[in-house]
Amino acid sequence: MNLILQVWRQDGPDTKGRFVRYEANNISDHASFFEMLDIVNEQLVEKGEQQIHFSHDCREGICGTCGMVINGTPHGPDPGITTCQLHMRRFKDGDEIWVEPFRATAMPVIKDLVVDRSALDCIIQAGGYISANTGNAQDANAIPIPKRDSDLAMDAAACIGCGACVAACPNASAMLFTSAKVSHLGLLPQGQPERFERVRGMVETMEDKGFGNCTNHGSCQNACPKEISVDFIARLNGDFLKAGFK
Amino acid sequence: MRSVFSLYRSSVGKKIVMAISGIFLFLWIVGHMLGNLKVFFGQEAFDHYAHGLKELGDPFLLHGQFLWIIRFVMLAIIVLHMWSALSVYLQSRAARRLGYRKTDDLTFTYASRTMRWGGVILLVYIVYHLLHFTVGSAHPQFVPGAAYANLVIGFRNWWVSGFYIVAMLALGLHLYHGLWSACQTLNFNNPMLRDLRRPVALLITLFIVLGFCSVPISVLAGIVTLP
Repeated sequence: MNLILQVWRQDGPDTKGRFVRYEANNISDHASFFEMLDIVNEQLVEKGEQQIHFSHDCREGICGTCGMVINGTPHGPDPGITTCQLHMRRFKDGDEIWVEPFRATAMPVIKDLVVDRSALDCIIQAGGYISANTGNAQDANAIPIPKRDSDLAMDAAACIGCGACVAACPNASAMLFTSAKVSHLGLLPQGQPERFERVRGMVETMEDKGFGNCTNHGSCQNACPKEISVDFIARLNGDFLKAGFK
Repeated sequence: MRSVFSLYRSSVGKKIVMAISGIFLFLWIVGHMLGNLKVFFGQEAFDHYAHGLKELGDPFLLHGQFLWIIRFVMLAIIVLHMWSALSVYLQSRAARRLGYRKTDDLTFTYASRTMRWGGVILLVYIVYHLLHFTVGSAHPQFVPGAAYANLVIGFRNWWVSGFYIVAMLALGLHLYHGLWSACQTLNFNNPMLRDLRRPVALLITLFIVLGFCSVPISVLAGIVTLP
């Protein structure tokens, strides 16, 4: 298949970016989106041009490194997958594909499609951990946890921190990410001692880093490659309200 | 103290203010709509109701005092609602300075995207509505105290009724998202009940919009007339 790409090219964080048109010819339906970009990049290198920079690592949808906005949707048109799991069979011959980086003040572009997501790490550093020294790993099921809670905690823990929720949010808010991290620890007994300090610290850091706020649009849930629910945002709000009176 | 301050400082705290003030505004709107429906019981019943509003709290409060207390409380609630909306809007605007070339709508509902301009429409409408039916300066034949006659003559104008209906549709979108959104913000998220939040919000919204719109439509259709 032959495709037309409109790719965002930006030399550095402080330079102005622009869209550049590329043609990707003779691409197999079975190629992944990144294999298609790899082919385009090989041709660019042969021509002596700068290749398109993008972040990627595991290429199997579990690491959270990749991410770009494809035709207006983070991670592309298919629900529940990361960009690396997107395949060219999803597109038609002759399609024009617009490729942009995740855009948020708190996640500035480093180069082309690569963004700096260290602000998300700062949110984790503000409370996304349990500091009790627990010694060696315990026997499984030594602490009884209701099945419903452990399932919910696992759903929240599915977050890979890719930043698609921020990219999709009309307010560039990191509330889905933050709420998943707050809930995954806050639902379990080990997370209780620091539960309210955690939610306060993580929300404060999220705002200090320049993310927006949640107005319950729901775009984040629809863009999330792990399909994390906005119910966790309600849970975060509840914990934050309780923390205000502790 | 530090914790209450952090609540006030954060956008989550501001949205709690928005949700709670919104609930008060919602309750007031329900009361207003039910009061309006008295127009279907005739001129005497409606004027008696309008007059009765000024006598609320009697004998503890003098004529009109309770209404003025309500007006100041409502004004304070609206200011809180707008202040929280404006501050979260400014924060969000700064959070993405450069937008996308291509955007695909991933939001749950159309209503959520109308909240900001819908709120502005409602504000403009409320100012006009007060000048029209309360102060009377925007009403061609306003007679103080003659609530029923003012209403019927006012709504006989197609433009006035049309603006009213447009404002009520904006109110409907605002309420539909606002009611659900308030549940999210206040963590009313019980797994047994949370799937009911959307349909219940829709039913309440329809009830309120139809209730309000029935009045100008009935005036235009000649069902509600001057004797």
